[in-house]
Amino acid sequence: MSASMSLKQRAPVRPGRVLLHVFLVVMSLAWLAPLLWAIYAALRPYSETSTKGYVSWPDKLSFANFTNAYQQSDMTHYFVNTLIIAVPAVLLTLFLSSMVAFYVSRFDFRVNLFLLLVFTAGNLLPQQVIITPLYRMYLLIDLPGITESGKLYDSALGLVLIHIAFQSGFCAFVLANYMRMLPHELTEAALVDGASVWRMYWQIVLPLCRPAMAALATLLSIWIYNDFFWALVLISTGENMPITSALNNLSGQYFTDPNLVAAGALLTAIPTLIVYFALQRQFVSGLTLGANKG
Amino acid sequence: MSAFDSIPVVPGAADTPPPGGTGTPSSPQSRKPASGHRRLLTRRDRVALGFMAGLPTFLHLALVWVTAFASIALAFTTWDGIGFGSIEWVGLQNFRDLFADNPQFWPAVQHNVIWFVVLIAIPTPLGLFLAVQLDKNIRFSRVYQTAFFLPVVVSMAVIGFVWQLVYNPDTGLINSLIGANKPGHYIDWIGDPDLNLWAVLVAASWRHTGYMMILYLAGLKGVDPSLREASSLDGANEWQTFKNVIFPTLRPTNTIVLVVTIIESLRAFDLVYVFNGGAQGTELLSILVTNNIIGESSRIGYGSAIAVVLLVISLVVIIPYLISTFRKERRA
Repeated sequence: MSASMSLKQRAPVRPGRVLLHVFLVVMSLAWLAPLLWAIYAALRPYSETSTKGYVSWPDKLSFANFTNAYQQSDMTHYFVNTLIIAVPAVLLTLFLSSMVAFYVSRFDFRVNLFLLLVFTAGNLLPQQVIITPLYRMYLLIDLPGITESGKLYDSALGLVLIHIAFQSGFCAFVLANYMRMLPHELTEAALVDGASVWRMYWQIVLPLCRPAMAALATLLSIWIYNDFFWALVLISTGENMPITSALNNLSGQYFTDPNLVAAGALLTAIPTLIVYFALQRQFVSGLTLGANKG
Repeated sequence: MSAFDSIPVVPGAADTPPPGGTGTPSSPQSRKPASGHRRLLTRRDRVALGFMAGLPTFLHLALVWVTAFASIALAFTTWDGIGFGSIEWVGLQNFRDLFADNPQFWPAVQHNVIWFVVLIAIPTPLGLFLAVQLDKNIRFSRVYQTAFFLPVVVSMAVIGFVWQLVYNPDTGLINSLIGANKPGHYIDWIGDPDLNLWAVLVAASWRHTGYMMILYLAGLKGVDPSLREASSLDGANEWQTFKNVIFPTLRPTNTIVLVVTIIESLRAFDLVYVFNGGAQGTELLSILVTNNIIGESSRIGYGSAIAVVLLVISLVVIIPYLISTFRKERRA
């Protein structure tokens, strides 16, 4: 089998290949099983599963649990909360980290390696390391009239800021490496022509970074959407929570049976799945950016 | 975050080529430092540069590093959180309380260690194995990849809920299948302190496998095909080729995998929190820190002391990793 591995044509069916496919099909199904099980439970009425048990043939499959879970918990409200946090957070993270990356990769001010190191290390810290002082800091910062709570605590602004601060480490690192690959002559020529630094960044370097930015934007959207921890600690009003963190409260309050819980949880996964399937390439390349040596 | 919340973070070898081909200038790199730039900068440019580097740095330092150092400082104090005047220096008292009197602390440390050992011992090699199989230019490779990778895309919170449905003692898949959902036969996968850590680790491994697979697939794409060819011409079989040729060239990927796995084990939180709230048997350092904040008797200094333990362990991993990564970059 291995001897012919480098031959790329599809030779007559080899028993090894068949075995491999059987193995992969079985593994894939095993991997999907928990999700399929959740979908199956969500499609069945509670009354049926409570009398027949969950491992049984269905009499009736319907989307009733999904619509009920959605309406009872007013999910639209929480999806909007997420949008209010995620959209500015993703855009600002990309904007700020691309500026740092530009600075670090285009100008040798000696501090730049150190700066990048600080950003990257910060991003690798577990969030729980900083949460206790951060929580206190958010409680101490008064913002009367700016946020509804009058503080950074329990506000969308607070969440946006911590997402930016935390994620910009990773993005600055990736973008700086990317920008280093751009030929120096590009900006040198512009500088000699008298272009301002800002124009160099905005009109020359940034447009060339589009593939990396697209990959990072995809990744950030999913990460920030999936965030559970920051909102759990930094938001106290259940109403203000983004959808992923709200799920925990909602499941106790509104999702009164396992079928509804399954439906509710799956509903929150739908946006990430859509983004993933639509932008699979960007997502995977973002995740492995820096991980592959070519 | 990442949800790490998120999904962790993968900074890697610094000498990474840009992804994809579209729009990427492929010119050879010119590594010369742009010191010549400086002379050409106007005053306005300097201000612009200061702003461009300064604002993000300020935000990052203020929210991430100032708080990290505040954790260290507060760990040696007691504070009611109300006025700065009430901060009192207590030396090592918080750590003494933590190490000697907190019945949850050592189990939590132990569980974090188990978490790492399990992730590195089972899903990581499995992910590598799957990546090697899927890298063989087989049909439907993308379909298989999607199946294994799907758990990485959905949030840890959703994963927690999904696995609750699998493990629920009354209605869950496992107990229903093995007939353990009747009174007297219950197996409480979620509540039993002897079982629940392993149950939740199955879910964590389920997710980690796909993540590792993607990292290794990317690594394998970078392996020079002629190496493989040469090895098989020399008469090496598949396993020998892998062991002697492919695996050694995956070194940079292995480093990233190791760092990611350690950081993931330290960050593990969402999944456990949703699964059973960190009940007895599944205590983790991250859970202790969080419960100390959300809980009713929030002790700031004490919570910070737990965070410092977490910080020290993380830095032991992060610093050597970054130093080696950045040194490579400098050499390049």
